[in-house]
Amino acid sequence: MDFSWLSDPFYLGYLWEGFVNTLWLLLVSAVGGLLLAVLVALARLRGPRPLAWLVWAFTTVMRGTPLLVQLFFFYYGVGHLMEGVPGIQETFMWPLLRDPFFFAALTFILSVGAYSGEVIRGAMQSVPRGELEAGRAFGLSGFQVLTRLWLPRAIQLCLPTLTGEMILLLKSIPLVSTIALMDLLQAANIIRDETFLVYEPLLLIAGIYLATTVVLTLVLRFVELNFPGMQPTQRRWLPIR
Amino acid sequence: MTSMTPEGLIDWAGPILSGALTTVQIAVLAYAIGLLLGLLGAGAKLSPWAPLRGLATAYSTLIRAVPELLLILLLYYAGAQALDALLAYLGMAGAVQITGFATAVGVLAFVQGAYMTEVFRGAILAIPSGQLEAADAFGFSRWDRFHRIVLPGMLPNALPGMSNLWLILIKDTALISVIGFNELFFTIQQAAASSRAYFLFYAAAGVIYLLMTLSSTALFARLERYVRRGQPTEA
Repeated sequence: MDFSWLSDPFYLGYLWEGFVNTLWLLLVSAVGGLLLAVLVALARLRGPRPLAWLVWAFTTVMRGTPLLVQLFFFYYGVGHLMEGVPGIQETFMWPLLRDPFFFAALTFILSVGAYSGEVIRGAMQSVPRGELEAGRAFGLSGFQVLTRLWLPRAIQLCLPTLTGEMILLLKSIPLVSTIALMDLLQAANIIRDETFLVYEPLLLIAGIYLATTVVLTLVLRFVELNFPGMQPTQRRWLPIR
Repeated sequence: MTSMTPEGLIDWAGPILSGALTTVQIAVLAYAIGLLLGLLGAGAKLSPWAPLRGLATAYSTLIRAVPELLLILLLYYAGAQALDALLAYLGMAGAVQITGFATAVGVLAFVQGAYMTEVFRGAILAIPSGQLEAADAFGFSRWDRFHRIVLPGMLPNALPGMSNLWLILIKDTALISVIGFNELFFTIQQAAASSRAYFLFYAAAGVIYLLMTLSSTALFARLERYVRRGQPTEA
């Protein structure tokens, strides 16, 4: 085991950039994905029939195909098609459409939206009807019932599952190294190519991921414990499925 | 583009189908070994002997806390090196194709086993302890108790988790392409790069994987009905 390359500021720079990109991508995808998930759940439960059907097809496809294939499909497939759109290279959109971060975030948001959307849909169906009817009886509008009763109660029910989904999201992030985005794995790949050390860089980032997973687990558990009305339940050390 | 693309797909149909076959072979073998590892892991985790319990806990916790792609890369390099050394020792150096296939299966099975350990552990713990005590009271041997009581008792509990893991495994086989082994997604990448019809080929890849996962879902639904036979239906 030779870790002398760790003293090289260039390699440390790569690793730092990779770490920051990993966290940034995690944050963007988690926030965007959970917002999309609520819309997905609502569309499936209360949307007009064609929309509900379309959203069902969307979740089935996203959950039935590998994330790596989706990443390639959006970055290379859709990106390549976009290149052919006349005039697009002059618009403000163009720098975005060349950016692997944009496509990675897009793919992850859609993926989290599909997986967590199904989780939230199930939880929303489990909220007793009487509670929602009580809300209406107290004079809340339909929108108020949704934001003050239905969603908070549903999230209470599925919070442990949702936090598990966030851990899974963190563990999917190394996939973006395949579309040349500088994440931790890409940093390790560069170090491997330059120093000819195969195991050391990979082991180091495996350690970083392990630590990040544990920290994220603790943060999410804090969120779970402090979520209003959460019942303390028996918890596993790592909420990974 | 439309005039060129159908030709591209037909030209590549043969390699893509054989890639899909390789993917299915890898997945089935890795799943079988993963099931075995999971049973062993769950047995070790529930064992009264602390070192064995610690080993199984370290295995399932470490593997599940590190991203699959990272593990696959690490284990692939380590596994390929070990297998190459073994083959060279046996005087069969250069059997790269065997090495690639075997390491792909081994790596996926090793990762799968860690997740399977947790599924089986939970399912075994969910068996009412009275049933196990009854088996002991009737003088069942350990093996009889395992395959007549524990196995059929835990299968209904374990099957949803097992079917989830099979779907995850099919999708994880695509990660093997990162290593450069010639399975379905690697073939697709070659096809897309050489025909430059990226959209078409990656969409086709999505459809093939979707067919695999949807048909497996249907199969597992039937299997679940079978293992739940004789159970009271819940309202």
